[in-house]
Amino acid sequence: MGGNNKIVAFCCENSACAAADRAGKIRLYYPDNVRVIRVPCAGRVDVLHILKAFEKGADGVLVMGCQEEACRHLTGNTRARERVKYAEILLKESGIDGERVRMVNLAPEMAHKFAQEVSEMTERLKGLGPTPIKNGGPQR
Amino acid sequence: MAIPFREVLNSGKFVITGEVGPPKGTNLEKMIHHIDLLKERVDALNVTDNQSSVMRFPSLGTCLLIKEHGGEPVFQMTCRDRNRLALQADLLFAYARGIRNVLCLTGDSITVGDHKEAKAVFDLDSVQLLHTVHTLESGWDIAGNELDGAVEFCVGACVTPDADPIEPQLIKFEKKVQAGIQFCQTQAIYDLDNFRKFMEYARKLDKNTKILAGIVLLVGARMARFMNESVPGIYVPEELIDELASAPKGKGLEKGIEIAGRLIRQIKEQAICDGVHIMAIGREELVPEILAAAGL
Amino acid sequence: MIVAERKPLEEIKEMIAGYKRILIVGCGTCVTICWAGGEKEVGILSSQLRLAFGKDGNELLTSEVTIERQCEREMVEELRDKVQEVEAILSLGCGAGVQTIAEVFEETPVYPALNTKFVGMPEREGVWVETCRACGDCLLGETGGICPVVRCAKGLLNGPCGGTKRGKCEVDPEKDCAWTLIYRRLEKQGRLDLMRKYYPPRNFQAVTRPGKVEALQA
Repeated sequence: MGGNNKIVAFCCENSACAAADRAGKIRLYYPDNVRVIRVPCAGRVDVLHILKAFEKGADGVLVMGCQEEACRHLTGNTRARERVKYAEILLKESGIDGERVRMVNLAPEMAHKFAQEVSEMTERLKGLGPTPIKNGGPQR
Repeated sequence: MAIPFREVLNSGKFVITGEVGPPKGTNLEKMIHHIDLLKERVDALNVTDNQSSVMRFPSLGTCLLIKEHGGEPVFQMTCRDRNRLALQADLLFAYARGIRNVLCLTGDSITVGDHKEAKAVFDLDSVQLLHTVHTLESGWDIAGNELDGAVEFCVGACVTPDADPIEPQLIKFEKKVQAGIQFCQTQAIYDLDNFRKFMEYARKLDKNTKILAGIVLLVGARMARFMNESVPGIYVPEELIDELASAPKGKGLEKGIEIAGRLIRQIKEQAICDGVHIMAIGREELVPEILAAAGL
Repeated sequence: MIVAERKPLEEIKEMIAGYKRILIVGCGTCVTICWAGGEKEVGILSSQLRLAFGKDGNELLTSEVTIERQCEREMVEELRDKVQEVEAILSLGCGAGVQTIAEVFEETPVYPALNTKFVGMPEREGVWVETCRACGDCLLGETGGICPVVRCAKGLLNGPCGGTKRGKCEVDPEKDCAWTLIYRRLEKQGRLDLMRKYYPPRNFQAVTRPGKVEALQA
């Protein structure tokens, strides 16, 4: 299983959400430490959402959007990729490993890819250990 | 005693100037050797002013040294390191100590040198510096105060005949001529066809300004390619690069000397301009060989 | 507009080390437009600092606010209640903003989170370039609307130096030579005579530093 690591997956409702549902329906194995947050488009995910996820105790974040060239909102997924890159830089500045955040492109039927990405992130987090921000981090 | 440079310029002879680069530090031995070696062979010796924005022994001090050794110095003055007060003060000092030739330059950018974090001054530009020299000559400083004792200089400037684009450079050259210059030393030239075009333009503009073509010694094909790629205002034609590349291993320098000598000879024989300014950049001891290769 | 850039997080962390409660203040004008100190950047910096402090096991309470203009006393005055609850203020305003806050709240230390760079304009999305040196003696009318004081690396008034290469500057081959641009613009307008004119040395007294302007109108 996923152990103590918490993953937040921001999932586009046009692709990644369906892939996650399908993975459940066909009973694919993937770690249970992932919390799916439904978003209307990966392009809706802001760097601040990613940072806040870590502040609230996430150990890894996945931003999952449609495949390249297949975004319903045209450029949402490419914007998401750029933001993930920026979030990596911001996290590194704060002393948090940039590998803890990752952009994934997938189609609605790619249940295996969803499961595989969650598993890979879980493995990566096992290597990195939990973030030093514990108990949801200091509150505002 | 050396013949005043102004007289040489007016004599109608083919003028040859050289250059010494002051050292970083107070050991002047090598530079003095170069001065002694060149002072009789050239009509005047330029002294670079913190060349390439690298801090060195000063131009002004070196000019005095050249005078002590019986040579004729050309005081190179850039606008990069001094504001208008310091520039004028140095001109007063230079004149009072017998320096009679000044070359007014803008100066390289601070960032190409070894004190990259320094403040670049550029209070004046080269054209304004030329006007400044003439204002001091008239007995006034540029703030309008009368001088107790004026200056008098043989004034020069530089030009880049291979600048890209050339038109703005020519307009600037025009402004320098209008400001009043006795001589102009050019950036290194290798392409004589292009240089002829520049000279046609320069002669049309003004017949009296003496133009000395810049000759920089090429030490190999690699240096030539590097200059084409990275040094603004320098263009080495492909044939010359091929010629350098064709030299047997270890003979690149000899080839370079041969090319420099040939360029000088062609310029002189075809009377393309009034003389040459040889920049050996750290290899001043080779200048006699270059002159020999030119048949001078 | 005034263009600024955020300081590295490490430097900001060092400045505010030792404080537990800080107010992070953004500015809604220039620095919002140049992505350095608006509401969004305040949120990001705030989150980054909490993560960084949390990682070291330290607590940091941050409150965030962005006002329309940090360089106006009246607008800064709105912060009074919030300032009373904190030990220090971190400003994402330009240098003028930081100083206005410092003047209004003399008892509270204020720290700059930005480095103010220049007066400029956007070149393309996410890229800003310097276009005005605030020299106090504008000559754009004679240079085809291209400023040589700021866009020429040497600030030359009488034409290019010898460092132009393929129309680019010797300092940075990515940057255009201002005098090449000026030449082309004036040529297009048939006004090259302006480039042939002699421009005397600049008057640095056009702005006596520190600068001060008093309006004539009441």
